[in-house]
Amino acid sequence: MIYDLIIIGAGPAGLTASIYASRYQIKHLLIGSRLGGTMVWAAMVENYPGFSLITGADLAKKIIEQVKKLGVEIKNTGVLEIKRKQKGFELKTENDEVYEAKTLIIATGTQRQKLSIPGEAEYLGKGVSYCATCDGAFFKDKIVAVVGGSNAAVTSALHLADLAQKVYLIYRKKPLRADPIWREKAQKNSKIEIIYETNVLEILGDGQKVITLKLDKAYQGNNQLKINGLFIEIGGKPGTELVKILGVELDEKGYLKVKADMSTSMAGIFAAGDVANASGEFQQIVTAISEGALAANSVYGYLKGDNK
Amino acid sequence: MAVLVDFWAPWCGPCQMVGPVIEELAKENEGKVKVGKLNVDENPQTAAKYGVMSIPTVILFKEGKEVGRKIGFEGKESLVKLILGL
Repeated sequence: MIYDLIIIGAGPAGLTASIYASRYQIKHLLIGSRLGGTMVWAAMVENYPGFSLITGADLAKKIIEQVKKLGVEIKNTGVLEIKRKQKGFELKTENDEVYEAKTLIIATGTQRQKLSIPGEAEYLGKGVSYCATCDGAFFKDKIVAVVGGSNAAVTSALHLADLAQKVYLIYRKKPLRADPIWREKAQKNSKIEIIYETNVLEILGDGQKVITLKLDKAYQGNNQLKINGLFIEIGGKPGTELVKILGVELDEKGYLKVKADMSTSMAGIFAAGDVANASGEFQQIVTAISEGALAANSVYGYLKGDNK
Repeated sequence: MAVLVDFWAPWCGPCQMVGPVIEELAKENEGKVKVGKLNVDENPQTAAKYGVMSIPTVILFKEGKEVGRKIGFEGKESLVKLILGL
């Protein structure tokens, strides 16, 4: 069977594309390894119209339920490879299944950026974490550090300040790039100490848990910082590996270049959400869902033209 | 029988998405793997005993010994592979 459309990625963009595709009666499949995508990490969503406050995971569950109600099967797996066929594309999944489609919507979002320093992989789950809301409770009354200067980094530091004894916020630049409202809150919080223009070089421990961070610059006379936990919040990198190989054009920052109708440089491939450059660096749930809807609408038009 | 334990907490978003995957795995591996969930908020000592400091964490035990561990929300396939490794 050849699908009209395969959507890769099950975050807000991919899920919304599926809702619209269902309503256009486009025969499609949704493939995603991480259901809900990046939004499930958002502990408090306060800017999604219709909900004054909802957790990202609850919002994801509601959208997934809506997708399933429309009769769409979600393949909870990753895509390993995309090949171009004479008419359309062939996909191979992580569980060795092969699917064909006339069009694709790439909604693969971003992957968490790592520091890529010694000790990071070794101490994952032993003091190194990428989710302050998930793991903050393990560091009650302990000393922790957050790396990064974005909204995510600062809100993580503020969340941790409610639990930990002390929170170092380490940022490579000055000032923090978070919104002024967050920046001010962090600066006023007595438990948060901001270390500017400093990088973490290495994470050291005893094999079982993190003990110190090695900094590239001395802080209060010492380039070793004693901590119990390290939270890494340095943003994401676009998940473009699958389509880059096909030759789909990226922008200078590595995001998929899309036109106003969400089409990419390759006929039949559309993109939506954080992986695409449509909304610049404004990576929001609402921008992702609107791009998903647009992409599905454009696929509908493309397929109609194709069948003439 | 091997035992698969999902360490989670109600405040953890990614854990909410692992939950249904764990239930699917329980069904698919019935008779082969016993699957359970452990709320780290209610059982902090058990989490500490197994050195769990990040959730979601899924640990696979065989004859009472840990034989595999997955930290973070990586999707179903990584857990399927963990079980296939038995």
